[in-house]
This record gives sequence, C-alpha cells and structure tokens, in this order.
Amino acid sequence: MNDVLDVALRLVIVFAVFMVVPLLVGQAEHKVMAHMQGRLGPMYAGGFHGWAQLVADGVKFAQKEDVVPADADRRIFQLAPAVALLPYLLVIVAIPIGPSEGAVGQVVDAGIFFVLAVMGVGVLGSLMAGWASANKFSLLGGLRTAAQLLAYELPMLLAAASVAMAAGTVSLPGILNAFEWWWLPWQIVGALVFFVAGLAELQRPPFDMPVADSEIIFGAYTEYTGLRFALFLLAEYAGIVVLCGLTTVLFLGGWHGPLGADGLGWVWTLLKTGILAFVVIWLRVTYPRLREDQLQKLAWTTLIPLALAQIALTGIVKVAIN
Amino acid sequence: MPPIPGSGLAKGLAVTLRTMTKRTVTAQYPDVQPELPPRTRGVIGLFEENCTVCMLCARECPDWCIYIDSHKETVPAAAPGGRERSRNVLDRFAIDFALCMYCGICIEVCPFDALFWSPEFEYAETDIHELTHERDKLREWMWTVPEPPALDPGAEEPKEIAAARKTADKLQAQEAKEAAEAQEAEQPRPGETPGQTPGQAPGQAPGQTPGQAPGQAPEAEGQE
Repeated sequence: MNDVLDVALRLVIVFAVFMVVPLLVGQAEHKVMAHMQGRLGPMYAGGFHGWAQLVADGVKFAQKEDVVPADADRRIFQLAPAVALLPYLLVIVAIPIGPSEGAVGQVVDAGIFFVLAVMGVGVLGSLMAGWASANKFSLLGGLRTAAQLLAYELPMLLAAASVAMAAGTVSLPGILNAFEWWWLPWQIVGALVFFVAGLAELQRPPFDMPVADSEIIFGAYTEYTGLRFALFLLAEYAGIVVLCGLTTVLFLGGWHGPLGADGLGWVWTLLKTGILAFVVIWLRVTYPRLREDQLQKLAWTTLIPLALAQIALTGIVKVAIN
Repeated sequence: MPPIPGSGLAKGLAVTLRTMTKRTVTAQYPDVQPELPPRTRGVIGLFEENCTVCMLCARECPDWCIYIDSHKETVPAAAPGGRERSRNVLDRFAIDFALCMYCGICIEVCPFDALFWSPEFEYAETDIHELTHERDKLREWMWTVPEPPALDPGAEEPKEIAAARKTADKLQAQEAKEAAEAQEAEQPRPGETPGQTPGQAPGQAPGQTPGQAPGQAPEAEGQE
C-alpha cells in the first residue's frame, strides 16, 4: 500500500513538473525574446506583466475546432501529438535533480541509454505528423525532420558516451556521484556538441529548418489546429526542459555546486537548467535559421568529428588516471 | 588581422544581450498617454472671439477643408453725427478633419490669433461626417491648447515684450522727470545741486521737451 502511494506521489509530482516548467520556459521565452528585441512582450493576460499569457493561449487552443484533413491518415494524424509529447514525460521521470533517493522520479540503471532512446522517439511524432497530414508542406517538414534526426542523433550519442566513459557508468545518478569539478573543462567540447545537437533535435531556431514557418508553414504541423497543435508546442518546450536538464546532469555536475552540498543540491540543478534554458532562448533570438545543407554540413563535418575527438580525449585521460 | 572564427557569433549574442538590458521602446498607449510636445499637431482649436471672418484661413487651406459662413451687421455710430459701421458676424466655422492634412497653414496665416494647435488626437469617429468639427466643438478644443513653451535660455526677447518694455521705460522716465520738476518748482531753489539736473531723466530723448504729451513719445518710438 505504501509503495503504491509512493509511486502515485512521484508520478503526480513528475506530471506537475512536466506541465508547469515548460510553461515557465515558454513565458520566459515570450519575455526574454521581447526584451531582446526592445519590446515588452505580453502585458495584459493575468494583470501583472502578462504572467498568464500561456494559460490564456491554452484556453484559446482548447476552444478551437479540432480539424482532421479529409485525405489525412486519420489515426496516425491524431496520435502524432501524443507520440511527440509523451517521451519527454518519460525522460523527466529519469532525471535526478538532487542526490537523495527522493529527488528522482525513478532511478534507471541504464539511464543515458533510456533517456536518449526515448528522446529519439519524440522526433517520431513529427515524422508521423508530416506523413499523415497528406500535405506537401507537412511532408517536406517531416522529411527534413528525419534528415535532421539522422544527422544530429549521432553526435548527441557520442557526446553522451564520452561522459559515460568518464564516469564508468550509464546511470544518471551514478554519473553525478562520480562527478568532479575538473570534468567541466575536460568534457567541455562534448557538452557543446551535446547541447547543439540537442537544440537541432528539438528543431529550435537556428536549427528550425523542418518547421520553418516562413517557407514551409511550420512543416509537419501545418494541418494541426487547436489542442493537438498546442501539444506539439508543449512538446517543444518540454524538450527544452529535458535537454537543459540532461546537459546539466551529464556535463555541468547537476546538484554539485560551490556551496550548499547538503539538501540544497536541487537548487543547483534547477539553477543550471534555468540558465541553459535562457541560453536556448538567447540563441533563438540571436541567430538566423540555418539552411538545410548548412544544417547537414554542421552535423557531419563539425559536430561528429568534435564528438569523436572528445571520446578520444576522454579515453586517453581515463587511461592515464588509471 | 583576420577576425577570430566565431567572433561574429559572439558579437550577435552581445547585441541581443545588450538590447535586453536597455529600456524597451514600446509605447503602452491606451494605458499610458504619450507625452507630446506642446506644439504637437493634434487638432485645431478655434478662439472664435478673435475671429473677424477675414477668410484668410479658408482661402489658404490647401485642401479646402475650412467652411466659413458669415453675415454683416450694422453697428450704430459711436458718436452723434458719425457714420454707421458694418461688422462681420461669424455664423459657421467648421474644419473637416477627414480632409485636413495638418499642414497648419491656417494657423500660420491667421492675423488675429484665432486658430491654435492642440495636442489632443483622440477624436476618431465611426462616421466620416462626424469628423467635420463645427464651431462649438472647435471652441471646445481651445481649452486643451497648452500655454506656449518657455523660451530657450538666452533667447531673443519676443518683439511684443521688447516694444512694451520700451514704452514702459519711457513713461516711467517721463513721470520721474515731471515729478522732479514739480519738486523743484516747490522749493525756492537756494540749494541747487549741480549734479541733480543731468541725472534727473535717464533715457530721455535729447530733443524731447518737458511739455510734450506723454502719449506721443511711444508712438514716435513705434515707428522706428
């Protein structure tokens, strides 16, 4: 009975985090982007500086008609948003935010493996949406998504593998337990590769060629309206949270910090995740979209060699230490 | 020196970060009224008490948006045996702000200061005909006309004030002189001081005689 209660409580908390934190990131994006462009951003919804803008957006999306195109593959079309969103919920379960047993939804022994595999499934949602919409723009977007997934999954995995080698474990809490501060300079290249590849996998600007709204009308999401479209958007922001959380855990030492080692580790995790989320927004505001061939070139000629070099470095240092 | 690779990327990040720390340029207009300079061309007010129906404004208006109707009235002679005078009375004064291009020529051309700019700008209408503001509405706008802004420090004195000051100075000098002469006449002049006479009337014109009427001097000055 107690176990059931424990599991239920953990699931509720994970679900609450999953629903709230992406909205915080979304609101931060509204405001940060606006101020970076000399604007104010939303100011009305909720009264104080438009804090409830995304709630209002959600209400609006919920009121819209849910249209499925006549020629669409109905079941697949309707299923796609869930496929895009749910993997991130599963990933959040496995991300530890503090050193104690209670600070992680569920300890998964093969943590990195689980997390990266499930995140790959998320991209499948876009593929399904692109194919099932029976729309040429959606199809273009879907194919671009597929190409991007192929190109960027590899450097991401290689960079993560480097950390796993360094720690000697694939468990996320295990990696954090083995973390030393000098891992930061040691793994910095891997961290950059991981973060950039993750951005590309989320199709965030400047890697948003698959959803380029000014040329292929939001790609795979062209035909989506209402709540299903909102779910895709939520998936994007949940993706930001997951990517920032994972980068924090794998490369930035998670709950380790200069002070507050006992009990306050989760503050460090959240702080680092928040800063990374800010960087994600910052990059989006600053850089223009990469062309499709530039995207591929960046992945295959820059990120993968860098990731391989990082693995080599990790291996050499590891052997030298032992 | 070739630029460091990636320095352009860093520069871009710096630009956005710097912009974020600066004040935004957004005007929150319906919530916060804009701060408009006093000479803003918002709407034209009519100070109809000053209007003589000379029609200059209507004739100068480039897009013919001023409508003036008037009639003549006869004013009885002021003095017995005098001639009757006729006078223009304003019947209608309207500006069609749907046509007005806010050039301000009517205000510039008005010789009697009957037209003024007001910074008020919130008079949108749902019917274009209501943009023709009639005399009473134009008069109402007069209450929103701000006082003219203060002169810049060190600016030239306005002509009107300079002329008035000159006249006032002259009058004062004249009065002082007359007072001194009257005082002199009262005294039996035994202790006549030598320095008194030249210093009595500073600023008095050399050719001016004490018997001259006070009103004549300013008129002569005004012709300069």
